[in-house]
Amino acid sequence: MSILVNKDSKIVVQGITGSEGQFHAGQMLDYGTNIVAGVTPGKGGQKTLDDRVPIFNSVEEAVEQTGADTSIIFVPPPFAAEAVIEASFAGIKVVVCITEGVPVHDMVKVKKVVDQNGTRLVGPNCPGIITVDECKLGIMPGFICKKGNIGVISKSGTLTYEAIDQLVNVGLGQTTAIGIGGDPIIGTTMKDCIELFEADPETKGIVVIGEIGGQMEIEAARWAKDNVTKPMVGFIAGQTAPPGRRMGHAGAIVSGGDDTAEAKMRILGECGIAVAESVADIGDLMKAAMEKF
Amino acid sequence: MKIHEYQGKKLFADFGMPVQDGYIFDKTEDAESTIKKVQQDFNTEDVVVKAQIHAGGRGKGGGVKYSPNFDKALENAQHILGMNLITHQTGESGQLVRKVYVTEAFDIAEEYYAAITLDRGKGMDVFMVSSEGGVEIEKVAAETPEKISKVWIDPLLGMKSFQARKLAYALGLTGDAFKAATKILMQMYHAYQSIDATIVEVNPLILTTDGRVVVLDAKVNLDDNALFRHKDIAAMRDLDEEDPNEVEAGKFNLNYIKLDGNVGCMVNGAGLAMATMDIIKLAGGEPANFLDVGGTASAETVKNGFRIILSDKNVKAVLINIFGGIVRCDRVANGVVQAVKEMGLKVPVVVRLEGTNAKEAQTILAESGVDIIPALGMKDAAQKVVNAALGN
Repeated sequence: MSILVNKDSKIVVQGITGSEGQFHAGQMLDYGTNIVAGVTPGKGGQKTLDDRVPIFNSVEEAVEQTGADTSIIFVPPPFAAEAVIEASFAGIKVVVCITEGVPVHDMVKVKKVVDQNGTRLVGPNCPGIITVDECKLGIMPGFICKKGNIGVISKSGTLTYEAIDQLVNVGLGQTTAIGIGGDPIIGTTMKDCIELFEADPETKGIVVIGEIGGQMEIEAARWAKDNVTKPMVGFIAGQTAPPGRRMGHAGAIVSGGDDTAEAKMRILGECGIAVAESVADIGDLMKAAMEKF
Repeated sequence: MKIHEYQGKKLFADFGMPVQDGYIFDKTEDAESTIKKVQQDFNTEDVVVKAQIHAGGRGKGGGVKYSPNFDKALENAQHILGMNLITHQTGESGQLVRKVYVTEAFDIAEEYYAAITLDRGKGMDVFMVSSEGGVEIEKVAAETPEKISKVWIDPLLGMKSFQARKLAYALGLTGDAFKAATKILMQMYHAYQSIDATIVEVNPLILTTDGRVVVLDAKVNLDDNALFRHKDIAAMRDLDEEDPNEVEAGKFNLNYIKLDGNVGCMVNGAGLAMATMDIIKLAGGEPANFLDVGGTASAETVKNGFRIILSDKNVKAVLINIFGGIVRCDRVANGVVQAVKEMGLKVPVVVRLEGTNAKEAQTILAESGVDIIPALGMKDAAQKVVNAALGN
């Protein structure tokens, strides 16, 4: 078991002939991901990546011809919102949007549409999802992961890799690692992921990595307090970030109240999550929590 | 992206909103003619002289002056242009006033507050108004939250007139002023939507003694990610209001924010960059900056990163922390070696490379002969760079 994606997921890559799409689709195939189709309007009927993947003009066509049920999006920011909506209307169940720089007004509408259609959107501006040894649906380096029983949720890409690396170093593998993205509006929240990991029998422990800005970590922690039976470790980046400045991610800005690192760390702690004060302690804390549990 | 009040009002006016308007000048010798032109064109004796900087709190800081006649206006204008305006948003160092806005003046009966921004939690835009305008809204929110009324706007439907009416009723308006305000609030929403704003704020929105509703101030922040579809608005960017190093970094797709410490850092990824700053602090140092080099850490990126970090004279040591995913560590290592050789760095450099091709990278650094301190893991890296900054 795992969450969201596995070896049976049938992947369609939207924007497969762009430079990002080409490179990462190749990497995903090499990892063993089950890519069944690519979409680039105007290039339908062709094949790509050494003839391994057929290209379709639309997601709808790709779904009809290949039974694709999961999509990953590499199209440029001006077209990313529509790509998500296209996938949603074509009946795709899980959509991962890697694209960075999607306008927030577009995302507000997209979020409403995917919620109405019951589509699970992850991202935008995220590294994607990896279910170890089964499906790499994203841009993360697959080789750093090891199969195991920890679920990893993070707003940030390289910080996810850092956490995975530390887990592996203390002998803990992962079921699924998911980067949810650091934009103000994202499809799948931290709480959504915790809920999925809690329900997944194979996942025995959960790492959540948040950052300054917004209320998502707090909402997740409060939900976890009443609903999660598995040990959890949390880390919040941005303890030294000055208020009012956007730290890279569009959503990573302290604008007052409970969105500082300090407040989030305190509330995570109050909700029974073991909080790593230093990023270097994530692995050790998870190991300790698993042993105690 | 932030823009000035006068630019925000121009955008508002394009959507039909009645704004308090006037003219801009940026040279002392133009003060006199600008004031006279406002007096003539707006048929008014008294004017308001307003400093144009991106920070809020201008009035309290002495950057906005009501001027009953020409002589007083000229005195205020000459004083405000070139002043170092300190407000709660500029920090202690203040902000130099390079542009002054001279506007018509109104006899104010009531002051209101109106703003639209994104409610991240609800995933909807929220329109807020308050009968307590002209003061800091944070204060109203903390002390008398019942005086703020909100409506949340369905993203697919847009704002509906009943919602605008609800807000106008909440301001206590009646008759023609009610109708005028309802219209203005709808126009404000259309402006917010059309220009891809992340916030539009009018504080105050006023009711004049002769019953008109007028926009007296405009705060407009735009979504950087949407500027590609608003070339005219992108051209409003005022680089004088931004940190020159941050502007320079932006040219190379580096995301740099200057801080007050002495340990510089260069990291790939925003989250890891923040976590690196945090661990520097935990190790007893103070981060000098946030710098995310993004997904492509080439020799050129590393060189530009060094240049920008070291333009801050407080920096006593630099930490490079790269977790290679798609970025290959051997390439980063080559970039570091090349940059150090070419630039002849005067401060110690600690390098931590992990992930794709990390072993090859360590060999490259070890065999390069350049004076780099290698580190294993983030804790080790932070301790080493802090020690180096302290001169140990």
